[in-house]
Amino acid sequence: MQQPALELSNITKYFGPVVANNGINLTLEKGEILALLGENGSGKTTLMNMISGIYYPDEGQIKVNGREVVISSPDDAFKLGIGMVHQHFKLIDIFTAAQNIVLGVKDGKRYSISRSNGEVAAIAQKYGFEIDPKKKIYDMSVSEKQTVEIIKVLYRGADILILDEPTAVLTPQETQKLFSVMRAMKADGKSIIIITHKLNEVMEISDRVAVLRKGEYIGCVKTSETTKDALTEMMVGQKIVLNIERPETEIDRPLLEIRNLTVKSDEGSVAIEDLSFFIRGGEILGVAGIAGCGQRELCEAIAGLRKIESGGIYHEGESIVGLSPKEIYKKGIAMSFIPEDRLGMGLAPSLSITDNMMVKNYQDHTMGFKPLEIKEDEKPFKAFLKRIYNAVGSFFDRHSPFVNRRVARAEAEQVIKELDVVTPSTETPVRRLSGGNVQKVLLGREILTDPNVLITAYPVRGLDINSSYLIYDILNRRKEAGTGVLFIGEDLDVMLALCDKIMVLCHGRMMGVVHADRTTKERLGLMMTGALDVAEEKGKPMGVAKDTRIEEDE
Amino acid sequence: MDATFFSNAIQFGAIFLFGCVGEILTEKSGHLNLGIPGIMCVGAAGGCFGAKLYLMPTADPNGFMTIFMAILFAMIFAGILGAVYGFLTVTLRCNQNVTGLAVTIFGAGFTSFFLNSVVLTEGVSTALSSAGQNFFLAAMPYEALGWFGEIFLSHGAMVYLSIIVAVIAAVVLRYTKVGLNLRAIGENPATADAVGINVTGYKYTFIIVGAAIAGLGGLCYVMDYMGGIVGATVDTTIQGIGWLSIALVIFTMWRPALAILGSIVFGALYILSSRITGIAFYQIPLLNIVPFAVTLLVLIVTSIIGKRETQAPASLGLSYFREDR
Repeated sequence: MQQPALELSNITKYFGPVVANNGINLTLEKGEILALLGENGSGKTTLMNMISGIYYPDEGQIKVNGREVVISSPDDAFKLGIGMVHQHFKLIDIFTAAQNIVLGVKDGKRYSISRSNGEVAAIAQKYGFEIDPKKKIYDMSVSEKQTVEIIKVLYRGADILILDEPTAVLTPQETQKLFSVMRAMKADGKSIIIITHKLNEVMEISDRVAVLRKGEYIGCVKTSETTKDALTEMMVGQKIVLNIERPETEIDRPLLEIRNLTVKSDEGSVAIEDLSFFIRGGEILGVAGIAGCGQRELCEAIAGLRKIESGGIYHEGESIVGLSPKEIYKKGIAMSFIPEDRLGMGLAPSLSITDNMMVKNYQDHTMGFKPLEIKEDEKPFKAFLKRIYNAVGSFFDRHSPFVNRRVARAEAEQVIKELDVVTPSTETPVRRLSGGNVQKVLLGREILTDPNVLITAYPVRGLDINSSYLIYDILNRRKEAGTGVLFIGEDLDVMLALCDKIMVLCHGRMMGVVHADRTTKERLGLMMTGALDVAEEKGKPMGVAKDTRIEEDE
Repeated sequence: MDATFFSNAIQFGAIFLFGCVGEILTEKSGHLNLGIPGIMCVGAAGGCFGAKLYLMPTADPNGFMTIFMAILFAMIFAGILGAVYGFLTVTLRCNQNVTGLAVTIFGAGFTSFFLNSVVLTEGVSTALSSAGQNFFLAAMPYEALGWFGEIFLSHGAMVYLSIIVAVIAAVVLRYTKVGLNLRAIGENPATADAVGINVTGYKYTFIIVGAAIAGLGGLCYVMDYMGGIVGATVDTTIQGIGWLSIALVIFTMWRPALAILGSIVFGALYILSSRITGIAFYQIPLLNIVPFAVTLLVLIVTSIIGKRETQAPASLGLSYFREDR
């Protein structure tokens, strides 16, 4: 029997106390396309990074072509013929395609741009890529850049290609082109691992599917012998019952309405496409979706940080498109976004908790000026002087050049007490706090201003159980106070228990809004992977409230 | 305007050209070295020191050896200061602007002290000026060729060296793997690192080489333009030239080949005020700002055109740390 191209046995990787991969076994035969399927945080990318030399496994063996190998750097992986195309492209913008492809190749040959152009064109011809070797990267579309990345890997003689969510940034037509190229590479004897969340694509392109869930290897099946439903079940697993409260509240009219919103990502691809939904006061609307499906762009668009391409965002019937982030915040829309690196958005790491409290609302603080009381029977001149004193005093109070640290410190203390933040003092720089405490500070500051719309993205990312429940509790209290909460989450079990309604995004498109108590995890899983479109199923557009506050101008 | 004026413009331009090519190589590695004025000063001090080492014990000095020793020591002195800048900005990841300014201040101060207290001992001034006149300014017989000879052939070795260095730099940057790798580092060090290029090694190499080349500019001023006469305020003058060299980098859009022409333009503008007769004393500073004004103009024009190739390297001034994401 032929040796498998790649064989992983018992691969385990820890990040601190967290097990990212636990005893993974995986084989990749020569000339096959293996799809790697799994939810967010299931350890797919970690596993692939170990094969391509970015991480080093703590336990287990890797065999390439039947030979046991040690891969400790990307260079080692290249030498073994393993090449990975990452989600984020690593290209030099002002270089041409060919220059990027030959960059850093140590073949001992003299650098000649015309020869490089020819070599790149030959590879493109062989597999059916459409690429102009002389085109500069900054003139290229996302799909062209991806092509350059793939050719870069092939040019280095890779036999095993790992593609990390290659279709996430592509249009359906571009995806089809990529698939035909992948088939050509397969016919040439290359082995390919493709990470994707779209079940349709898995069914279309792969020979076998391996499923990971929460760092565990669930199984590997032949694509021809399985169905989408079976794969979804493997992927999401059994429903876990969580003891999270979902208080019943009076729901209000829509507070925030989004209509036909289209937003582009930093790389210029469409991140949110024609999205309509609404949040009522007193409800928690969950947003489920695979990571990078436009959640970040949606948050930024609502908060006024990102330009929208088309569509509208309405707050209590008024359009907030084009307002500055400050004006939007003044309307009572607060956002707490916990990015992957936690400190990236919202907090200034070197400033203290108190200072971070001030960053957002320093203008609302006054110096605490107390006007003098003017009595009825006061002498006219004395009353006049007092009036002048009061006018001048309140003017300087409003337009003071100084900030009031006392109020901010009190706010910091309040947040620390209410959210149980573990910190030596209110003056500790935020970057010295542990991740969970940083998140609490951020969320605490946002709810301090008593917003009527709260957007919170991944608020429990990386938190322990107790802190997570504390945060759910805070969100529920906001909900009871009549706030509309947009909860962008990762864990389906949590969302099913906490949210009233769940909107599912798949690559920037809404797959439907469902009631959390009337849906199943499997259904959500199918929607997340694009296999089920509730909006299409019902045959009517979703996301437009019947009692809308937007006045249609017809 | 006569042939002498153009000849002098080329001669003065050589000083700018050394500084400019040195700075271009440094900037292509992603490091903005504002220490170039100081490094040029130190190059002048080192060059004089090297020439002294050879001239003083030698009874009958040889022209080639004098120039060789001067160039060698200019490059060593400037290279050492460049290495200090490199250590601070590459390894310790200090702020490049602050470090560069510190290097300039140190370099100028050091030069003033070193030239006056160490180099210019008894009889050295005379030896240096005779070496300048006889060796550095020695030219081919050019009188027979008229104005052509006067403009292009009347120069000393340093002027031709500057043009050779610029051409080599241009070829390396454009047509070699080393140049491709270097440009990649200046644009995006993380990408360069990912494809296996030794980012730190390249940065150090080109910061030091760039500084050494810039140091030759200082030597060129003292021994060629001034003919070996070391004035008391030499560090101040070279500093001024150094800043203009950095402006010239922007003016020539980071292209060493274009810098050859640009340096002649800057050379002409720099000496213009002393050649124009009949202008009032207070008008001279107005002429002196012309190089800066045209640099601003180039910056405005290239920014409006917005073509990526005419802009500074994308990661210029940013420290690179692999584990940063």
